[in-house]
Amino acid sequence: MNATSVAVAEQKIDWNRPERGRVGMFSLIGAEAAIFTIFVVAYLFYVGKSLTGPTPKDVLTVPVFYTICLLSSSLTIHLAAKSLRCGSVRSFGVLWLATIALGAAFLYGTASEWHRLIYEEGLTISTNLFGTTYYSLVGLHGFHVVVGLVGLSIVMALALLGKVRSDHAQRVDVLSLYWHFVDAVWVVVFTVVYVLGR
Amino acid sequence: MSADVITLPATELASRPIVARLHEWVTTVDHKRLGILYIIYALVFLMIGGIEACVIRIQLIRPHNDFVSPQVFNRMFTMHGTTMIFFVVMPVLFGFANYLIPLMIGARDMAFPRLNAFSFWMTAFGGLLLYFSLVGANGLYGAGNAPDVGWFAYAPLTAQTFSLGHSTDFWILGILVSGFGSIGTAINMIATVLCMRCPGMTLAKMPLFVWLNFVMAGLVILAVSPLTAAQIMLLVDRYLGGHFFDTQAGGSAVIWMHFFWIFGHPEVYVLVLPAFAFVSEIIPVFSRKPIFGYSVMVGATVAIGFISMSVWAHHMFTVGMGANVNTFFVLSTMAIAVPTGIKIFNWLATMWGGKIEFKTPMVFCIAFLFQFLAAGLTGVMLSAAPFTWHLGNSYFVVAHFHYVIVGGILFSLFGAFYYWFPKMSGKMYSETLGKLHFWLFFIGFHLTFDFMHVPGLLGMPRRIYTYEPGRGWDTWNLIVTVGVFFQAAGILVFLGNLLWSYFRGKAAAGDPWDAWTLEWSTNSPPPAYNFHTIPKVQSRRPLWDLKHPDDPDWKYE
Repeated sequence: MNATSVAVAEQKIDWNRPERGRVGMFSLIGAEAAIFTIFVVAYLFYVGKSLTGPTPKDVLTVPVFYTICLLSSSLTIHLAAKSLRCGSVRSFGVLWLATIALGAAFLYGTASEWHRLIYEEGLTISTNLFGTTYYSLVGLHGFHVVVGLVGLSIVMALALLGKVRSDHAQRVDVLSLYWHFVDAVWVVVFTVVYVLGR
Repeated sequence: MSADVITLPATELASRPIVARLHEWVTTVDHKRLGILYIIYALVFLMIGGIEACVIRIQLIRPHNDFVSPQVFNRMFTMHGTTMIFFVVMPVLFGFANYLIPLMIGARDMAFPRLNAFSFWMTAFGGLLLYFSLVGANGLYGAGNAPDVGWFAYAPLTAQTFSLGHSTDFWILGILVSGFGSIGTAINMIATVLCMRCPGMTLAKMPLFVWLNFVMAGLVILAVSPLTAAQIMLLVDRYLGGHFFDTQAGGSAVIWMHFFWIFGHPEVYVLVLPAFAFVSEIIPVFSRKPIFGYSVMVGATVAIGFISMSVWAHHMFTVGMGANVNTFFVLSTMAIAVPTGIKIFNWLATMWGGKIEFKTPMVFCIAFLFQFLAAGLTGVMLSAAPFTWHLGNSYFVVAHFHYVIVGGILFSLFGAFYYWFPKMSGKMYSETLGKLHFWLFFIGFHLTFDFMHVPGLLGMPRRIYTYEPGRGWDTWNLIVTVGVFFQAAGILVFLGNLLWSYFRGKAAAGDPWDAWTLEWSTNSPPPAYNFHTIPKVQSRRPLWDLKHPDDPDWKYE
């Protein structure tokens, strides 16, 4: 029998399938969401169960400014992707750089908070259950911000070399999906750590 | 074969040095080669895990045996469980899925070929990492050289204090690394199924094999990720002095159980859905009938996927979770028997009135049907919490889940090996050796696992390295161990059949079974590009339509 084509009838088939980059990224986001869920459950389960201090009430301050930084980076990356789609590579570059700056500012915020907690409050990951769950949950999120920033910086470098064109908009969209996810996770982490857990 | 297949000159293929050919296998991103790598890798670990099982059973053949020390016994059952789940069954199922999904949906490769290669090598190195513990784990005086904490590694046994040296770390890292590979493969499968289907193949026209593996990939994403999270927590505890599972500092040992079984139970369905997938392809072809109740099968699969996420704590009835929690998990566990039962009836209805051909793949699938049913029935027994209070952690439980994994999954896997061997190798297997394999393994399986229920009912706990004579366990254990030798002989015949047929078997045609799915429309073995022209399909059985233009399926679907 014919080894290849299984063409059955000469008719036009209307054929649309989703874009694989988006599907892959949504699947990855599903997996990451499951990982974060377990860490969030562990955090909530251990709230108030530490045998020794310091407690969240004693040492945590709400990082309002850096939260605003991270959340507004979602807006800038959205506008960046949009301007690339419209063909404006220049404003894409500016907005993309702003996104990186806002993400880096957030990381600086986390770093300075950790520095204060470790050197002034004496809270480390092995001090008590609060320390263990706090550093691992916030750290896991911070790690995802770092990974996102590496990805964004690679695109930025390519943009500076003039290699990003408007037909790359779909790929940039995929990366921005990840960045939106990182921001959305922060909303959950923020609520759990600074609102419910305090 | 067809003229429009591009053939390389034979001299060009044969004359290349072996190093160049090996290099091709290491650097390949072809889904078929990666599928075969997964399968061969899993077969190697099947041998290793099987030898470990033999050691366990020889030790238990009679009371007060001293074939191995208690320490070695602990390592054997830990390595056996971990190896069989993570480095045999998962890779071999990923291998078949990798090989067959693109062929069945009329695609030239997976959605992300390089991610595919990355995932395979992560899985491969995960297994090597686990076994590297044999040489690398002696951290301290008195420390063991292989993980011995059991395959579910309950806290606080895994704490630094109780697990000296690095053996537990190798266990954690091996599973963590292979888990990344599993998640990568799952992402790839979902993207492939949704984005790579050939024109005309709507979701409702995909072969059931693809549907079941698609749901399996979703379960991998939702189940393996929690395990990854739990392993990271365990690493934090062991290396950074964290207290997640440290009961001395207010941590909870029970939460590890929850995290592990949130992975562990969906994992059972990760393993069994592909087994269902094989059966759903093999039974129709050898009954000469289309599958009965296609849409109900898909619905039942998705229902199993959902329900399986809410049954995990039936592994923990003996922990003492309270009446309300127990009741919830009893009911949800019993509920999962409903969609599973629907599937069994659909397979029976497919066979009903068909012209059944008792080829080796089919006899394995028929055995699967009845054995899986029996395994499901002991599962319903164990789902009642008071029953588990009596028999939790006994050999009854061990017999139950081996009935699922060996009697269900492994039997259907053997069926799949024989069914797709002609496609993958281009050679026919030996039907005589196949039947011999079946009967040896069938007898061995029933000797071992039917009789293993009894010492469990008589109170023999799992994971003991020896036992006192005169408790009524002696004869049963002897029979159980004798069965293992039959199974081992069956496996040797199986491997011999694969090797002999590959080198000496007669050539297989593109479609030796007169089957209906797209993988049989191309050569055996398929060319690197799978299809010269991308096929178009109109029904669930595109090859039927092609072979019967006067009476195509799409008129009735």
